[in-house]
Amino acid sequence: MARPLTDEEVDRIRNDFPILDQLVNGHPLNYLDSGATSQNPLSVMEAEQEFYEQRNAAVHRGAHTLAFGATETFEAARATVAAFIGAKADEIVWTSNATEGINLVAYAFSNASLGLGGPAATRFSLGAGDEIVVTEMEHHANLIPWQQLALRTGATLRFIPVLDDGTLDLAAAAGVIGARTRLLALTHASNVVGTINPVAELVALARSVGALVLLDACQSVPHLPVDVAALDVDFAVFSGHKMLGPTGIGVLYGKAELLAGMPPFLTGGSMITTVDMHTAEFLAPPQRFEAGTQRISQAIALAAAVEYLTETGMERIAAREAELGQRLVAGLVGIPGVRLLGPPAGVDRIGLASFDLAGVHAHDVGQYLDEAGIAVRVGHHCAQPLHRRLGVTASTRASTYLYTTTDEVDRFLATLAEVAPFFGVKS
Amino acid sequence: MTQSAMQQLYQQIILDHAKSRNGASAEGLPPLEAAGTAAGASRGAASPAGAGSGSRVTESHQVNTTCGDEVTVRIGLRAGESGGSPASAGEPADDVVIEEFAWAGDGCSISMASASVLHDIVRGENVATARAVLNTFREMLRSRGTIEPDEEVLGDAAAFAGVSRYPARVKCAMLPWVAFEAALLAG
Repeated sequence: MARPLTDEEVDRIRNDFPILDQLVNGHPLNYLDSGATSQNPLSVMEAEQEFYEQRNAAVHRGAHTLAFGATETFEAARATVAAFIGAKADEIVWTSNATEGINLVAYAFSNASLGLGGPAATRFSLGAGDEIVVTEMEHHANLIPWQQLALRTGATLRFIPVLDDGTLDLAAAAGVIGARTRLLALTHASNVVGTINPVAELVALARSVGALVLLDACQSVPHLPVDVAALDVDFAVFSGHKMLGPTGIGVLYGKAELLAGMPPFLTGGSMITTVDMHTAEFLAPPQRFEAGTQRISQAIALAAAVEYLTETGMERIAAREAELGQRLVAGLVGIPGVRLLGPPAGVDRIGLASFDLAGVHAHDVGQYLDEAGIAVRVGHHCAQPLHRRLGVTASTRASTYLYTTTDEVDRFLATLAEVAPFFGVKS
Repeated sequence: MTQSAMQQLYQQIILDHAKSRNGASAEGLPPLEAAGTAAGASRGAASPAGAGSGSRVTESHQVNTTCGDEVTVRIGLRAGESGGSPASAGEPADDVVIEEFAWAGDGCSISMASASVLHDIVRGENVATARAVLNTFREMLRSRGTIEPDEEVLGDAAAFAGVSRYPARVKCAMLPWVAFEAALLAG
């Protein structure tokens, strides 16, 4: 285990994030909502500004010097992000966000099921009798596209249940994943309960039945060292804005040989070779999946975010957030009326924790915290089935990142302890 | 901790109503079709739908998509003294009486208290009175704190004046009122 970032190092890191230095409702901003979106360091904002000030041009078209330079920078960003997750550059497809990445894969299956993509795409063709497996803890982004794909193709959607402690029921998983399974789509780390799923074990199950695996890495790539090749997943998606980057940029990783066989999702300019009035030939991946003018400045800014994370050290960030996660959990369970959702103290989790406070709705908890300058997420966190499974309709989530101080976690816990008494709830 | 700001938002009246939930059905409302036979299960369903031109039972389910809060409001309308009939869809005549009002919901203290207060205010009143309160309440909430509440018209609902300073919470307070309004217009 790497040495966690120290409090002193975190204080220095905070200097790179100007937004953190402000008062909210008269209190220093205590930003505990990085699970929803992270803040940007100066270097990321500067990368985007520098691009617009000096290099802006459309990429992969035009023969002028500026366009050539923009294309080089854009493709260098792809290589940077690829190296960050152990992939090759041509296995990285830019998307608007993780949601679009998942939809891209779902529509590749969908289009293949309609016969598009020719013989190379038949392995993505689904029909009645085929099964898509997800888990009960998925973010809606990794659930609805598969529900819709099942509706379009006649395939059946099945799920691996979640246990009371917020972990997957692995015994049940072995029964759910079977000969009919064509795809397993699961999250690496839960955006609600913080569970880090045993990906290797589930990939092995999928492999044993010849199913493909898509990993929702939105809550892992920003917080943990992730090597997609070592994990041996077929696809992975994540969002730039959750890892110090801008909004509007996401990443789909796909194994090269799989991407090569997939029919496109969005179609139009920049993804074709020859076009006549009735037909078109498509480029090889990743361009085949990047129709239209790309998110150039966002991709470049995301690469700057990746460089920031790499320089800080993902191992050290993960170790720090593991500490903060345990500090959150230890504090939460000591507050009367708090029910921690997810794994208990001592069990691995990413640096977030969600909870229910007896007698006080999450929205009211969030309001009270906000008045003290503390930003948390309240609601169902785009995971209604998981909340239903855990017996709550909404929860409050505090999520940390590399700039979160231990003092912020402690102030959050101290303020939270005031909430039930304020609302007149006795415990 | 600026307790005063919190106390201004969460008036004692709001906290009390959030607990008492007047008119709420804890186990949820029975299906509308079966409501007529489920005697006592819900006061709002005392007059079954289609029982005659003199009465109508309608409901509306509203969800606040930002937080998942939900409220179902079911109302029983009967003909007014001047003969206004509630039999068909659309805005009922002014003298039509909101004889029954039942609700079920799950949400924050603001939305739940608001439903409770709404129940107390409009149950037994005629449509004209309910409409006047609804319009005044909405105007107050949209004012971003610039309108002093008219306690004559609003009664307990005046306690929600502080909510208007929190634009993110206006939807919470309005949720049951929007459901009520939609139920009034429902066929």
